[in-house]
Amino acid sequence: MSLLEIRNLKIEFDTAKGPFKALDGVDYTVDAGEVLAIVGESGSGKSVAMLAMMGLLPDSATITADKMDFEGLDLRALSAAERRKVIGKDISMIFQEPIASLNPCFTVGFQLSETLQTHTVLKSSEIKGRVIELMHSVGLPDPEGRFNAYPHQMSGGQCQRVMIAMAIACAPKLLIADEPTTALDVTIQKQILDLLVQLQQDSGMGLIMITHDMGVVAETADRVIVQYQGRKMEESGVLALFENPQSPYTKALLSALPENATGDRLPTVSDFAEAGGF
Amino acid sequence: MSEDTILKVRDVYRTYDIKGGMFKKGSQLTAVKGVSFDVKRGSTLAVVGESGCGKSTLARMLTMIDAQTSGGIEIDGLPIDISKTGISKEMRQKVQIIFQNPYGSLNPRQKIGHVLKEPLLLNTDMPAEERRDLALQMLEKVGLQPEHYGRYPHMFSGGQRQRIAIARAIMMKPKLLVLDEPVSALDLSVQAQILNLLADLQDELGLTYVFISHDLSVVRYLADKVMVMYLGEVVEYGTRDEVFDNPQHDYTKTLFAATPKADVDSIRKRLAAKTA
Repeated sequence: MSLLEIRNLKIEFDTAKGPFKALDGVDYTVDAGEVLAIVGESGSGKSVAMLAMMGLLPDSATITADKMDFEGLDLRALSAAERRKVIGKDISMIFQEPIASLNPCFTVGFQLSETLQTHTVLKSSEIKGRVIELMHSVGLPDPEGRFNAYPHQMSGGQCQRVMIAMAIACAPKLLIADEPTTALDVTIQKQILDLLVQLQQDSGMGLIMITHDMGVVAETADRVIVQYQGRKMEESGVLALFENPQSPYTKALLSALPENATGDRLPTVSDFAEAGGF
Repeated sequence: MSEDTILKVRDVYRTYDIKGGMFKKGSQLTAVKGVSFDVKRGSTLAVVGESGCGKSTLARMLTMIDAQTSGGIEIDGLPIDISKTGISKEMRQKVQIIFQNPYGSLNPRQKIGHVLKEPLLLNTDMPAEERRDLALQMLEKVGLQPEHYGRYPHMFSGGQRQRIAIARAIMMKPKLLVLDEPVSALDLSVQAQILNLLADLQDELGLTYVFISHDLSVVRYLADKVMVMYLGEVVEYGTRDEVFDNPQHDYTKTLFAATPKADVDSIRKRLAAKTA
């Protein structure tokens, strides 16, 4: 059985101009111990699918799916309160802007403790020890000293490490990382990606990487889903995708990478859209 | 100085004063420490480095937003030291800048036509009709339509906005264009379009680019010369091939090693290491 199985997921938003289809019948499956990358440009519906699964979309969204199972548990049937028991514990998420995702008014130690208080039965005396252990495992220097630091006293890379610590605090079975390194420098990006993959391999959890960066895909994924305007263009193993892309959109995306440039001009996706039609 | 050098920077420093508080003494931060380089007319210099390395401070000095603390900057034979001489209209016409975020760099209450005409209104004596004609011409040049003239920025996508920012920058027919991460906020396919547009404009107008970026694949694609900055100093400076094929400084090597590799061989190697 797959860890996560979603069939025919459709998401529509009510707008002043009538319904807007953000996602049009896409399937997702993730197994335990697998890294799935969802790639696409802005507006491809890559984040919205995961937000829908976590129940984080506003009321203006209409979500339908034939199946939405996490470990055999039907996510569609859950009430908000039941859902909260799963979200944050078994499924957790890391967002793009680490500094904006942390509350500036509380110390990082407090924010990390909060997760453990909500989802575990640890005594408050044990929690601090566990938090320091977590901070240590994500490679934050001087965890005891950082426990009482505020987010603004740390760099973007360090804040992202705190976010990762928070996400893995309850040993989730599925971790969703939504553009985890887009706001970071390349050298820091490398460290964060290595850390995520390391944690994933050690714990055997499923990992979903949402990204627009083909480099990040190449460095982390086992399997890749390529999306464009709310539809799935292609799904294949990472090697097959780069070696022999099937859909015209994937081909276009790969040839628009500056490192693959051959002539004077970069081919753009719209060149391919006219020729290939997607 | 040879005829061909358009930008000459000699031993430039920029120091910021950090104010002290009740319990804290004031201190000084040197963002740029003794940077020197030349840029040839019509070529592209890429400046690479991580956040805090001083590359944007350098851009601010070249575009006369900030004055240098010491050192000499010469653009097209004209010495620039705004703390002493102020800025003349002539100096304004030499350099323009394009910023990273096309959402933040356009006034939401200003129509596109107005955005494009404003530099002419401020810096030249051109009559209104000519300004309008020139703005329309420029829209076409950057791949937009004449009907976009009366629209507001929110009606455009990120890529279109960056085209507008480019059009505004070249309204004054500058010699030198400073581009501060012009494509890092854009999607991959839009990035390709904007890079193509920049290449076309460089050929057509004989522009010189100082291109600031942290994306090495973009730099490798378009730069003639590359300068790597680290903590305010230049640690590597050479032609593109010299720097990419044979990096000398440790920081440059770290930077190259950290850049994700999207070629089939590296993926195969990673997968093999994982199963082993």
